[in-house]
Amino acid sequence: MDVRSRDYADLARTIIEDTPGVRKAVSGATAAFDAARRRAYAEIDAEAWRRWAEGVKNHVLTHLDQYLEEAEARLQENGAKVHWAGNAQEARHIVAELAQARGVRSVVKGKSMLTEEIELNPALEERGIHVYETDLGEYILQLLDEAPSHILGPAIHRSLEDVQALFADRLGTAADALPDDLAAAARTELRARFQEADMGVSGGNFLVAETGTLALIENEGNIRLTTSLPRIHVALVGIEKLLPTFGDLAGFLQLTARAGTGQAIGCFVSLIQGPATAPGDDGPEEVHIVLVDNGRTDVLADEHAWETLRCVRCGACLNTCPVYKQTGGHAYGWVYSGPIGAVLDPGLLGLEQTAPLPFASSLCGACFDACPVRIPIPDLLLHWRRAAQARGLTPLSERAGLKAFTAMATRPALYRYLGRVGPRLAGSSLFRRLPVLSGWTEHREPPEPSPRRFRDLWSEGIGE
Amino acid sequence: MKVALFVTCLADHYFAEAAADAVRLLRHLGCEVSFPNTQTCCGQPAHNAGMAEEALKMAEHTSGVLKDAEHVVVPSGSCAAMITKAYPALGLGNGPSSRTWELGAFVRRHLDIASLGRGLEGRSVAYHQGCHALRELGLETESIELLEGAGAHVVDWPSATECCGFGGLFSTKMPPVSTAMADAKLDSLPQVDWVVSGDPGCLLQLSSRARRTGNDLRFRHLASVLWEAADGRA
Repeated sequence: MDVRSRDYADLARTIIEDTPGVRKAVSGATAAFDAARRRAYAEIDAEAWRRWAEGVKNHVLTHLDQYLEEAEARLQENGAKVHWAGNAQEARHIVAELAQARGVRSVVKGKSMLTEEIELNPALEERGIHVYETDLGEYILQLLDEAPSHILGPAIHRSLEDVQALFADRLGTAADALPDDLAAAARTELRARFQEADMGVSGGNFLVAETGTLALIENEGNIRLTTSLPRIHVALVGIEKLLPTFGDLAGFLQLTARAGTGQAIGCFVSLIQGPATAPGDDGPEEVHIVLVDNGRTDVLADEHAWETLRCVRCGACLNTCPVYKQTGGHAYGWVYSGPIGAVLDPGLLGLEQTAPLPFASSLCGACFDACPVRIPIPDLLLHWRRAAQARGLTPLSERAGLKAFTAMATRPALYRYLGRVGPRLAGSSLFRRLPVLSGWTEHREPPEPSPRRFRDLWSEGIGE
Repeated sequence: MKVALFVTCLADHYFAEAAADAVRLLRHLGCEVSFPNTQTCCGQPAHNAGMAEEALKMAEHTSGVLKDAEHVVVPSGSCAAMITKAYPALGLGNGPSSRTWELGAFVRRHLDIASLGRGLEGRSVAYHQGCHALRELGLETESIELLEGAGAHVVDWPSATECCGFGGLFSTKMPPVSTAMADAKLDSLPQVDWVVSGDPGCLLQLSSRARRTGNDLRFRHLASVLWEAADGRA
């Protein structure tokens, strides 16, 4: 998808002002997810689990070369084929070539943010290969030709009424069909796609180096079918998704589910050990694991931003974020949205294309408290803000204004003098025209200054 | 006990009477209050905007202003968090950080006062938790205990701990998002006498948005309400 992150402010405004239903749908769904996460955290010693998970991920990331080699060796022993993709173009090419060489005409897909990141679907469709999204939310979005707006609930910005209208038009369901009926209609439609598909494409939640196990968490069963029914399974996995041991996986499966949906564990957990080994065995004939870098090594090399790579894509930070809730993910202009997107996108895409994202936060800190791997998102937002300011990627008026304020506020006499008149101007028409301050008065009354400053009251004497 | 008031730039200019009430309250509780006259701003606007050099200059200035203070009390959780958490991160670990308190926490924890009086009897209050007080300083119950200790009914407000959308510069850089956040809070408010907060920035945000939308809710700074609790005035 085109990167539109530079337009964050405009995209957010358009969503809030022109499509109020999005704010309503996203606020409602995220509130439910967030409440479930809080309940699920309260059932365990969440702080201890989070610190443990942070430690495991830090260990992996600081020994990544070693674990990647181990994982590759185990995967090959298990009969899987390992491919390395340095960037999105290479990843697309690997999958498209695989499909073409094997005469694949139809592909079913499980939900995968990485395939969105590398824009896999258009690359396959260009070669005449049909691609069918099988996650219910992704299926809805494919019919609508829209991008996902949430890591876990890709169609979170759409209401029940939207889906009723869409399915009535495309699948012939009743205009007032209940959610269960809508899901059943999609299921019937997708069942045929599963049966005719030559290839299943999935992402991967975790890849265990010790055993070469690919782990996938889901609630719909479509990933289980995607990875087991077609004769070829291709999994695209970011290089940061490694875990050292099978024991680590046991912890991460639970913590990720608690963080994302508040479940003790996902309804379906698929542990994939490679292709079917004997004739008559269940499972695909070929399993391919495509390990994708696409900017991750650069993020790893950044002494601050590397911590972002601990992310397990649970969506907890999105669900708890008061900024994300107002717009959903499309305002962020790229695949990864919300707090994690605001710190991951600058690392993966570069700050030039994404500079407004680290500023799309009130720094309330809720994301850090929700994150199962304790990514210090508020600190990282500041890190990217400093980089954006240092590289001149913010409005000149903002930098000049803060420099002028600092110059004034480090000169107490000047500050005292200007403080006598400054706030008085706030109610005047001048205030409304200043570029920085007009942002305040567009939707709010000017702040009302006190009749006398505190320092004036103090110098006159404050009696009890 | 000797206490220096760090009034904050916003309270100095927009909540002057509340800051004066903080002085009255602290004196009432036996503190000797000083006001170092060269104080200005804690530097959070520059810090949060990513202007590292300017943030450091402001932090150095404020650290100098407060260097002789035994205790520093701040009528703002956000500015208190800037001094206690961000100054050490900026390399000013020996500054006023370890001696600085948000007002409610100072009264409840340091002075260990559970009840200031019964001056809030019969009042219903929605307490807005400032994000930095709550999540950076870990202050969740202190001010609420003081309000309830004085007879106020602190109502259950589902979004009490959710951000009001102020965020300093954020409020003017992303106005539609910022105001939508304020609306989310205001729309979920139960019927109350006052909305109270220990943070001037949040109060400006919420009250300015409420006035624009024709909402006549009454917003009050914690300092004034606590002084009323102690003083017994209606």
